[in-house]
Amino acid sequence: MDVAIVGVGQTPFSRGCGISIRELCFEAFRDALEDINLTPKEIDASVICSAPEYDQQRSPAGLISEYLGLTPKPTFYAESICSSSSTGVKVGYSFIKSKLHDIVAVIGFQKMSEISSAEVQERMGRGADIQWESPFGTMMPAGYAMFAHAHMQKYGTTEEQLAKIKVKSGKYSLLNPLAMYRRAVTLEECLKARVIASPLKMFDCCANADGASCVIMTSEEKAKKITDTPVWVAGIGAASDTLSTTSRANLAGLDCAVEAGKQAYKMAHIEPKDVDVAEVHDCFTIAEMMAYENLGFCKPGEGGKLIDESQTYIGGKIPVNVDGGLLSKGHPIGATGGSQIRTIVLQLQGRAGKTQVDGAEVGLVHNIGGIGLYGNVTILRR
Amino acid sequence: MSFGKFGKIGYVSETKVANFVKYLEEGKIMATRCEKCGKLYFPPRADCPDDLSMEMTWEELSGRCKLLTYTMANFAPTGFQDDLPYIIALAQCEEGVKVYSLLSKDIKTDEIHIGMDLRLAPLRFPNGRITYELEKV
Repeated sequence: MDVAIVGVGQTPFSRGCGISIRELCFEAFRDALEDINLTPKEIDASVICSAPEYDQQRSPAGLISEYLGLTPKPTFYAESICSSSSTGVKVGYSFIKSKLHDIVAVIGFQKMSEISSAEVQERMGRGADIQWESPFGTMMPAGYAMFAHAHMQKYGTTEEQLAKIKVKSGKYSLLNPLAMYRRAVTLEECLKARVIASPLKMFDCCANADGASCVIMTSEEKAKKITDTPVWVAGIGAASDTLSTTSRANLAGLDCAVEAGKQAYKMAHIEPKDVDVAEVHDCFTIAEMMAYENLGFCKPGEGGKLIDESQTYIGGKIPVNVDGGLLSKGHPIGATGGSQIRTIVLQLQGRAGKTQVDGAEVGLVHNIGGIGLYGNVTILRR
Repeated sequence: MSFGKFGKIGYVSETKVANFVKYLEEGKIMATRCEKCGKLYFPPRADCPDDLSMEMTWEELSGRCKLLTYTMANFAPTGFQDDLPYIIALAQCEEGVKVYSLLSKDIKTDEIHIGMDLRLAPLRFPNGRITYELEKV
């Protein structure tokens, strides 16, 4: 029995959305149920996903389940920081495959404006190993910046090549009405922007955002009654790496992404060249470049060449992040994976509008939690 | 002896490797070695996941290391803003373990290059707290 995605939804991603987390989730949920033959009462279980350190609500699954009218069905909470909703999709897949539940709603959200900037700053410092690395004043951009310097040293990657990834993101952001930043940027703007953590500058970094996403998953039997255009989960991979930088074997790539990718490709019986369109976790430009290499879209060290040749644009060898990616959409942590899956589902259903990749049959989602801590790769098929 | 005084700001006060701070006060940077399998751990661990042993011996590091990667941070989490900008670095110790620390403020930006020789040494703060940093050789 295969597992299908029958509906996807997303709110606009924004800074300071002005509504509550329950209302954000409702809007994504409503969007996912639009145009499909399914009512909330038919949903057997829900998986709610967020990064709890940004939530005021304790145990948000109960609140969201109630507000969406899903009680008394069971609800569960899934967390793997920035990849929480990909983890939620894996949980949903397992529920359906095991026949515990037939129809599962996976809802990811984050309202990063719910806590103050000072509180965000304080939490950011504790994202690393709190005993041995946080006492040195580290935070997310610094972690990826250290990967960037190592990548540049090992492969000769340049700041211009990293900036080209943001230029691509800006171009496609203009076509995504749900993106937080809808603005084209030039290579020169990127290179002249203020430095956040060298060599990463402002445009090399994504921004915190508020938003929610929803993915409705069902068994094969149910899917056919709910929609004419189900998208099938062909492969799922997940892996972890060490939290501490000192224990990492690879400083110029994310081994958890390599491992998750291998699992997903094997399960889907495909190779990297068979992927028609991909969403990768571009929390920083260097993260997208490492993803090209870690997923096998090019050889290790050839990520710079791939973007130089514009191979990750529509019309290239492998279009990547044609919805603008995290760099333009914004990154509401718990909602991000679901948003990436939504983009690929719309592509495979032929509903991606001006960013449609012609004839897309197979799509891939790469969603990373932390600085290469949790790797999740999901392969979808029309 | 509490671990609480380690670092500019600390988040962990109780640990089985709290003696690390005592050694640091004496000017020594110590790793732990599993008595059973012989694996060397830095930062020090009290427990070996390879053989589930809790029998560890303290062992001093030479402090000689090479720069693996780094970043100059222009933004900082709460409590570190006054030190900006600072350079976070990862270095490879000659014993094979890696160390995550800051580069000493004495090192000029244009001197920094991956592969450069560094020395890991204790650093005392005026308020009595203690840490280690990577110094110029």
